[in-house]
Amino acid sequence: MNTVFSLWSSQKGRNLIVQLLMVAGFLGLVWWLVDNTVANLARQNVATGFGFLENNTGFDINQKLIAYDESSSYQRLLLVGLLNTAIVSVLGIFFATLIGFMVGLARLSDNWLVSKLAFLYVEIFRNLPLLIQILFWYVLLIEILPHPRNSFALGDMFFLNNRGLYLPWFTSLSGGNIVLWAIALFGVGWFFVSRQAQKRRELTGQKSSYTRHYFILGVIALAGYLSLWGVPFEPNLPALKGFNFRGGLSFTPEFVALLVALSLYTASFIAEIVRAGVLCVAKGQFEAAKALGLPTNVAMNKVIIPQAMRVIIPPLTSQYLNLTKNSSLAAAIAYPELVSVFAGTALNQTGQAVEIIFITMSIYLFLSLLTSFLMNIYNARVALVEK
Amino acid sequence: MRSILKWSRENLFATRMNAVMSVLSIWLVYVAIEGVFSWALINASFIGTDKASCAANPHGACWPFVTAKLNQFVYGNYPMGEQWRVNIVFALGAFGLGLLMTKRVSFKKEVAVLMLTVYPVLTFILLSGGFLGLSYVETNQWGGLLVTLVIAVTGIVVSLPLGILLALGRRSELPIIRIMSIGFIEFWRGVPLITVLFMASVMLPLFLPEGMNFDALLRCLIGVSMFASAYMAEVIRGGLQAIPKGQYEAAKSLGLSYWKSMRLIILPQALVVSIPGIVNTFIGLFKDTTLVMIVGIFDLLGIISFHFTDPNWTSPQVPITGFVFAGLVFWVFCFAMSHYSKSVERRFSVTGENK
Repeated sequence: MNTVFSLWSSQKGRNLIVQLLMVAGFLGLVWWLVDNTVANLARQNVATGFGFLENNTGFDINQKLIAYDESSSYQRLLLVGLLNTAIVSVLGIFFATLIGFMVGLARLSDNWLVSKLAFLYVEIFRNLPLLIQILFWYVLLIEILPHPRNSFALGDMFFLNNRGLYLPWFTSLSGGNIVLWAIALFGVGWFFVSRQAQKRRELTGQKSSYTRHYFILGVIALAGYLSLWGVPFEPNLPALKGFNFRGGLSFTPEFVALLVALSLYTASFIAEIVRAGVLCVAKGQFEAAKALGLPTNVAMNKVIIPQAMRVIIPPLTSQYLNLTKNSSLAAAIAYPELVSVFAGTALNQTGQAVEIIFITMSIYLFLSLLTSFLMNIYNARVALVEK
Repeated sequence: MRSILKWSRENLFATRMNAVMSVLSIWLVYVAIEGVFSWALINASFIGTDKASCAANPHGACWPFVTAKLNQFVYGNYPMGEQWRVNIVFALGAFGLGLLMTKRVSFKKEVAVLMLTVYPVLTFILLSGGFLGLSYVETNQWGGLLVTLVIAVTGIVVSLPLGILLALGRRSELPIIRIMSIGFIEFWRGVPLITVLFMASVMLPLFLPEGMNFDALLRCLIGVSMFASAYMAEVIRGGLQAIPKGQYEAAKSLGLSYWKSMRLIILPQALVVSIPGIVNTFIGLFKDTTLVMIVGIFDLLGIISFHFTDPNWTSPQVPITGFVFAGLVFWVFCFAMSHYSKSVERRFSVTGENK
């Protein structure tokens, strides 16, 4: 008892005791929760453990990027859901960035009307709950759009009806995949070549012809292949068969509604970030660029935006993360992404709430922590070194 | 007239590019206004008691749906005879907020403390009842705007103090407290709210001993509050970081204890700096309350969607009208809050420059 009193009388000792009490309280709480959960699960006769991941799901879903059917396992279902989250997030990030930068720069325009319109856009979309926006686009698509027979059509190639959006696509014949991979590889190569060209330009001040040569080389290779072996692709156009369209590239109304809502909503936040970022760049920079005789768009692209990016990128990344997390709102319109299909349907089927919520949360948590880790590295790299 | 021409030449048609953009914008504005007007007014139905009244105008809004259901949209299934209790709660809340937002009121601090302590208790007594001669109203009878506001206000009232504690914990010198605060904050910030609500609705009952049971609304309130606290903590941490180091050192050199220096010196300054961030968190929280409908709570959006299934009102225009109405209500609240936050920001930035 005496030692406790003497500990308490010093600041260090008090700190130690407080912290020990916190740890004890925390462990006690965890123990209590686990104990209750185990008792409740035993009473309800719910299976525990992750064995259910091997079981058959017994239900199909309407959008899958990989093979999946009723006899697939829950593990497979998790992967399908994750891929659906990924595709809507990646496309959403692309469109949100595009719209966001356009609106953000429009907000800074000299044109009074353009800047006011951009302002209006931001105020409307930022202050509306995302869920309402998703539901609104969804009912608009399924209630207002015509049946497949009376689809809106554009040149017999693009169709829009209440079953979804249909775009022309292609199917690869033999050798088609090789060509696609080659083109992808060419794109990656482009990145390195243009970087080399940039480096050379910075070093010598002369325009290099690296990228032009690289491009011509690519075109010759492609033309050579096509003339020797023919075009290994075949157009695949959507066409009305029975009650619905077949073929082409199709998107369900759920997907379209979610993508539109996520893009427009996130774009309103990105626009504000872009605006703030550009305003952060000192005015003298723009004036200096002008004084060098650079036209406005070059001054913007080469002087202002690169500096603004330092301020823009960290909040932009957190918007990307938000968009990914917000894609979980798809549960409201039954777009089969991670939460809706796994934490929703699978949970109801198996009743294994603890395991399923644990897996779902872990995935998002991992993604968040990874993002903030990468952001910390980025911030350390681009931070202005002040004297 | 001349000045208008001059203004538009300078602001709309300065360059050829600008002129093209202006014409495009004018066209866009025209299309948008024309579309909204014809849908909401010209082609809309205004009076009626069921879907038949809207069938005549298939390309316009079905406003009778909103007017017929307005009572449910505001109170849910709260008993008609007891709705005065809800009205008192609304009125008191509006009055308190009004005082807080009026510039000339000198006792704002007292009002704020009352709003954060007495008002929630009073609200609970009035809404729930069961004593003082008030009849008991179960929470599954609450609904509509009432539930939306209850969730938002609870989130605010819980997240502010909890957020302050977490922010202080995250900046604490005691490693264990710091680690626990970071863990708590990063966990809730890392997962989407919808998974938190799923967890609150399916896992919370498992965590509690047999016999102990929370009702569905309370479970959601807990989930939303934890979630909001983590975000609030980060906003307040930003405020704490903005306070110059000299302030901490000055407080220490005066011999103030940790809690006294926080309460008297640091927090009053940090909280003022973070007001815009705090209001933004409130806006986010208010928008996020709509998610409770996914776990079966009838907030404003939930009850509106629920009434789409009413066989008297099954018509394609009804859901669209309902969502537009819900959007308008939420938009007005959020816009007002963001407007307020901007005005506060402007006020403080001006005084900051004067120093």
